[in-house]
Amino acid sequence: MSRSINISLRVNGEDVRATVPSRLNLVDFLREELSLTGSHVGCEHGVCGACTITVDGETVRGCLMLAAQADGKEITTIEGLAENGQSAKLQAAFTKHNALQCGFCTPGMLASALGYVNAGGSADRDTIRQHISGNYCRCTGYQSIVNAICDVIEETSV
Amino acid sequence: MKAPDFDYLRPASLAAAVAMLTEHDGEAMPLAGGQSLLPMMNFRVATPEALIDLADLRELRGIWAESDTIRIGAMTRYAELKANSAVQKHIPLFSLALPHIAHDAIRNRGTIGGSLALADPAAEMPALMLALNASIEVEGPDGTRMLSADDFFLGMFETALDGELIKAIHIPVATSEQRFGFHELTQRHGDYALAGVAIAQTSNTYRAAFFGVADRAMRVPELEVALEKQDDFSSVLVHLDRIDFTDDLKANYKTRQRLAGVALKRALKGMIA
Repeated sequence: MSRSINISLRVNGEDVRATVPSRLNLVDFLREELSLTGSHVGCEHGVCGACTITVDGETVRGCLMLAAQADGKEITTIEGLAENGQSAKLQAAFTKHNALQCGFCTPGMLASALGYVNAGGSADRDTIRQHISGNYCRCTGYQSIVNAICDVIEETSV
Repeated sequence: MKAPDFDYLRPASLAAAVAMLTEHDGEAMPLAGGQSLLPMMNFRVATPEALIDLADLRELRGIWAESDTIRIGAMTRYAELKANSAVQKHIPLFSLALPHIAHDAIRNRGTIGGSLALADPAAEMPALMLALNASIEVEGPDGTRMLSADDFFLGMFETALDGELIKAIHIPVATSEQRFGFHELTQRHGDYALAGVAIAQTSNTYRAAFFGVADRAMRVPELEVALEKQDDFSSVLVHLDRIDFTDDLKANYKTRQRLAGVALKRALKGMIA
């Protein structure tokens, strides 16, 4: 029985109950059981950041957490952040600055950037680069992503 | 890749967790933050029969300022350490090092006890314990014992833990005679270091612990003595020969030895009180 675990959690504001295999990663649970395919699966060892989601208000790697560990937690995926408007400014800035090309990293990048903006991060480019160093983007060279995050911070602080 | 199948256990108390560990006789692994263990399982480098999730053990969480030490529960996360005012005030070396430990999303889950129990040779935390002369409080079937950091790290992913769980870490409060330095060299900010060093200086004596360089975090006593005697830097660096440097795809042993010297130089230059 300890290989199949009953969990109950909140995902994007909705109560979810499920029985999951012990080895199931949280991000796979979100994508395959709940069809929330906005969180992407890249490296599966915590390096690329594509699966970054929010657990109890904090950014977390969805591939480095078991679905079983999410019992009792409040999860917000990019779908939830987009729906409740939290990531709206960042999304608009990403569009404006061409801060995405293929879009694979974007959900994780937005979740990470949102964590930074919400924590009162500064508009200093080096500090932003350091913060998003845990998220790989293979298209943009990061310049436009930093531009977009800078924009949102400067706009909000006016 | 995905982790192979395992039993997921979630004890409600430390005693129950220790009992489970004993019952599985070396085939179970404790799960703390999982930020290193889960990738190792995904790579199938670690294949425990069971994971004992320590998430519900409240007694392993917290930071307590005692008279001359800060006691940190093993399940305290990096993010909590980074934000804690007692840690900021009394363990300056943590303030230098914590921003280099992975990234926010990982610091929000990764724990101090998990890092020490795993003893990854490239991780920062074991070296910080050595530099700070920390004590590690462990709980096993026969009760509690204290181990000094110097006696704790035995090799690559190998510690003195013997069917035991880390309960807390005791770190001496920084004194006015002390200064601290830290530097690591990585390919990308937040990655595991190719070479790094953590230094605690007390008056004119030094504890300098290197990480990412060999099979474990380590001090080089001869090098510390050379620093104390204020030998010129090239004579200090000679003592790095004592380290059996790792040779892998990221950097060969010569590169690593050179990088260890660079890290030491920069750490000494940036010492803070």
